Amino acid sequence: MNDVPLLVYLGIGLFMFATGAVGVVVRRNPVVVFMCIELMLNAVNLTFLAFARYAPSPLVPPGGQQHTWMAGQMAVIFVMAVAAAEVAVGLGIIMAIYRLRNKVDLDEMSTMRG
Amino acid sequence: MNLSQLPNISPNLIIVGFLGMIAIVTAIGVVAFNNPIRSMLSLVANFFTLAFIYFSMGAEMMGITQIIVYTGAIMVLFLFVIMLLNLSADSVISTKKLDVKPLLAVPVGLALFVGLLSQVMMPFAKVTQPTAPSGWGGPQAIGRTLFTEYVWPFEIISLLLMVGIVGAILLARRRVEE
Repeated sequence: MNDVPLLVYLGIGLFMFATGAVGVVVRRNPVVVFMCIELMLNAVNLTFLAFARYAPSPLVPPGGQQHTWMAGQMAVIFVMAVAAAEVAVGLGIIMAIYRLRNKVDLDEMSTMRG
Repeated sequence: MNLSQLPNISPNLIIVGFLGMIAIVTAIGVVAFNNPIRSMLSLVANFFTLAFIYFSMGAEMMGITQIIVYTGAIMVLFLFVIMLLNLSADSVISTKKLDVKPLLAVPVGLALFVGLLSQVMMPFAKVTQPTAPSGWGGPQAIGRTLFTEYVWPFEIISLLLMVGIVGAILLARRRVEE
């Protein structure tokens, strides 16, 4: 696939990240807020892969080109694993809160507010 | 940047642009839909499209992992929780006064987009040729690197997943009455 500029991938990733950030602030449902966090993580994954594939010369480390291609993909793997762990724990917390109050609304969860 | 520097429209660019458009529309859908189920389906479509964008970049292994892990595992977990909690649409407008947060958040998000695009990403506007060879994202290359150079991060990640599983069970377990 030649002729696709790096900026296209970066633009898609940046838009998804901005949308996710807006969603985290706007939505009041904790499950949807989690989804928006997933959206932001995926935007970062896309950016990692784009930079790994194009590897503009200022970004190439002393280890050489090969190191760059693989480092981006390894970062994506680790981000996916951390996201999976985070979702499992986060949804468990939401379930526990629901069992306690029979209601999940972020604006009403103010117990830990200082 | 004058017009002569713009890339010529190739079939590849059209395909990636089309996929990117789907990804953008579904990303907006995640935030804009009021019903969590619709948000979730929109997010599934977004991740699926993202997997195809990965395929178009030659990162086949990452695309397959995206489909299996995200749309296969994580989104099913979301679906289970939504169904268990019996979540319905937010009742925003009827119970509260006019909320200023959405009105404020959209300009902030736009400012984030425009600011990062113009300040951070414009230096990369001239990069059009990928340097990675074909096969850079195949299972063989990834497996070799993951189990030689990155074996310690890999072990730490497996430990983290273990802790995550135990923590999730601990949180979701029903308390035993004393």
